[in-house]
Amino acid sequence: MASTYTPIATTTLGSAVATYTFNSIPSTFTDLLLVANTNQTSTSSGLSLQFNGDTGANYSFTYMQGNASAASSNRASNVYSIDHNYQNAGTWGQTYININNYSNTTTYKTTLSRASQANTLVMSHTGLWRSTAAINSIKILVSAGNYDVNSTFTLYGIKAA
Amino acid sequence: MANTYTLIGSPIVVGSGGASSLVFSSIPNTFTDILIKISARTSVSSNQDNLNITFNGSTSGYTEKTILGTGSAANSYGGSNPYIGWDYCAGANATANTFNNLELYIPNYAGSNYKSISMDSVEETNATAAYSNLTAGLWSNTAAITSVTFTPNSGANLVQYTTAYLYGISNS
Repeated sequence: MASTYTPIATTTLGSAVATYTFNSIPSTFTDLLLVANTNQTSTSSGLSLQFNGDTGANYSFTYMQGNASAASSNRASNVYSIDHNYQNAGTWGQTYININNYSNTTTYKTTLSRASQANTLVMSHTGLWRSTAAINSIKILVSAGNYDVNSTFTLYGIKAA
Repeated sequence: MANTYTLIGSPIVVGSGGASSLVFSSIPNTFTDILIKISARTSVSSNQDNLNITFNGSTSGYTEKTILGTGSAANSYGGSNPYIGWDYCAGANATANTFNNLELYIPNYAGSNYKSISMDSVEETNATAAYSNLTAGLWSNTAAITSVTFTPNSGANLVQYTTAYLYGISNS
């Protein structure tokens, strides 16, 4: 049976950290899928991504969210990373992020994600990194506190053929 | 090359007599995550039904938040129930032959952390109102998930041609 989803790398945190980076991502796949199952230690914190070590204001994102009482949407331009979730401490949640056509060197790179934190928010994000470089590393940041012990990050490669 | 998405067991295909629930049982703990895909309709005498989702037969520890698009507005709701709710599954009065889709993802389902659930579903019937749901769920239980049950909230049956698939996903 052909394998369309191939694990590239995975980690289970043995200690709390504020960042985690997937390096040396091969260019041999069509798309990437990042699955994060996290508990974030700060009262309110967000998971965000930077690519290839770019810390410039080259990112933007748009999201919609629901908090069980209202639905809303907002966005940010010219920011330093792409947000993909927002959750409270003590809440196990998950975020999966699709990064399509990540290794082409012609177009800017887009992301599409779903975040589920049942005690905080349900969210969907789209993101843009204004770079034509192939993505070869992904840095996962947290806006406050840390990712707690036993949080997991797994990166899959997806082949179109 | 590893096969990371593996069909677990046999697909469920509801026969002509209908079914009171969909049950995936004896789920092995050998995968990292699980993914369930369902196409369903119930026999309730209404446009919509809800399906109640439970794990390991438990009726406690569930919370959820949902963002809902109706075709004319978006809103959000949530709370705690004895189940995770899949709202807006087509009932008998919905447009004929329309079945509604659900995808449910559970990372680290066999681990000892509380279980996070992500669920996307749609009910599109070519009617005035259609429904698109994104749900965040949490089962506050450290047990490995060994069974998942979907039961119509109305007590009606799932109708013939309802299908359900369970996939295991490995990170190695």
